[in-house]
Amino acid sequence: MIASLHSLTAAELAARYPATHPVGDWVRAHLAPAGAFTVNALIALALTTVFVSLTALFLVWMERKVCARFQLRLGPNRVGPFGLLQTLADGLKLFLKESFMPREADFFVYHLAPLIPITSSFMVFCVLPFDHNIQIADPQGGLVYLAAFLGMGVFGVLLAGWASNNKYSLLGALRSGAQMIAYEISYVLCLLLIVLASGSASTRDIVLAQQGTVLDWWLFKLPGCGALGFIIFIISSTAELHRAPFDIAEAESELTGGFHTEYSGMGFSMFFLSEYANLFVASGLGATLFLGGFLAPQFGFGPLDRALELVPGCVWFMLKVYGLVYLYMWLRWTFPRLRVDQLMSLEWKFLLPVALGNLAVAAVLVALGWLLP
Amino acid sequence: MSDYALICVFSLLGTFFAGGAILLSRLIAPRSPDTPSKLAPYECSMESIGSARIQFKVGYYLFALIFMVFDVEALFLFPCLANFRDAGVGAAGGLSALPVLAAVGGFVAILTVGLVYAWRKKVLEWE
Repeated sequence: MIASLHSLTAAELAARYPATHPVGDWVRAHLAPAGAFTVNALIALALTTVFVSLTALFLVWMERKVCARFQLRLGPNRVGPFGLLQTLADGLKLFLKESFMPREADFFVYHLAPLIPITSSFMVFCVLPFDHNIQIADPQGGLVYLAAFLGMGVFGVLLAGWASNNKYSLLGALRSGAQMIAYEISYVLCLLLIVLASGSASTRDIVLAQQGTVLDWWLFKLPGCGALGFIIFIISSTAELHRAPFDIAEAESELTGGFHTEYSGMGFSMFFLSEYANLFVASGLGATLFLGGFLAPQFGFGPLDRALELVPGCVWFMLKVYGLVYLYMWLRWTFPRLRVDQLMSLEWKFLLPVALGNLAVAAVLVALGWLLP
Repeated sequence: MSDYALICVFSLLGTFFAGGAILLSRLIAPRSPDTPSKLAPYECSMESIGSARIQFKVGYYLFALIFMVFDVEALFLFPCLANFRDAGVGAAGGLSALPVLAAVGGFVAILTVGLVYAWRKKVLEWE
């Protein structure tokens, strides 16, 4: 069904973008199915653990550098070249910090809460297509799965806030819960727009449906609707990540630390780590849905296109992701924080109706065959 | 199928990653003696008054209810929209998608009436 969107047939697409990686194929060729699954799963687990940890460390460094430049400072520049080892040093320090629970906190829930956001980050990570053959899992209902497990992060926040038995934590958690469920709706409506356009909820299929030139990316191919969807996606995912201007959940100046006020040491680090892992996931999702994912940008000009095609897909994916990461950081250090009532009315009275209308217009245009003939 | 098996493995990875880091740090990190002020909630450096588990605004529940409506709607729309293009545009051409569109549109419209109702009843005002 994807092939109808562009000149390649499904068979040609499969030949051009094989779904399995040579390493995985080699393992499958040399081992029994169960053994091959175990070995491949272990490779994926090891790579993901290393990748997520390094990405989170790098993103924290990048955020501090970007923020410093926005404020005409230098940022970390003492530990390692360009201060690159600063977050590693901070991580080690946090590792050696005592983490203790306040007297009246709920023991079980207090210790359960930091595990949830990081688990949901890892699980969402599975469906990101890094390249045509670098993707951990590609379930048919990829985006449904993604929406479900992105939404799971809110449990960590709510449970942490309630269990801490601290008024700041509870207030931060409630605000954050209200914010996350509100913006999840417009977030999911943006996913639905892409499902409507590509006729599939699998992330790999969605990328392959954008095969062609730059103008075939969903950002441009659905004139107006795609761009509007992208803007709504950026706004609502900023809120889902509770980054400024939507950071009332942990507004330092009013709530000390919000839901993680009572967490120290590694418990706090897990919330922090998952926040940056989720930043990567949100950017990866934006690149996959709207910017052609791992596909090289093509401009309909032969020699240039062939040159761009030579660069591996995972490099393009990472470039697009880091472009979006920079956009999120830019937003964070540019806009002042919204008040809680402004935040709620922005979603319920503006983004939700606009996102619904956008989806409806796109559906009508697709039904009439005016888009995606 | 193996996709979902792998996803199950990954759900364990996240838990073990976080749990392992927290346990390891607990073993390594030095501990200071527990004093009453160390274990007190981190609030205003005064004795905190009462528990934090208080009644909170009913507004949160109202928003959660509207959220439920739209989230369930979105879940319903996923399969509809994934097959939308095939239903209409495929063999028979443009017009055959219109009945599908009307059905899905009607469903969404009914739910949207709920949002309009909540809006008119001033549920969406945050005080």
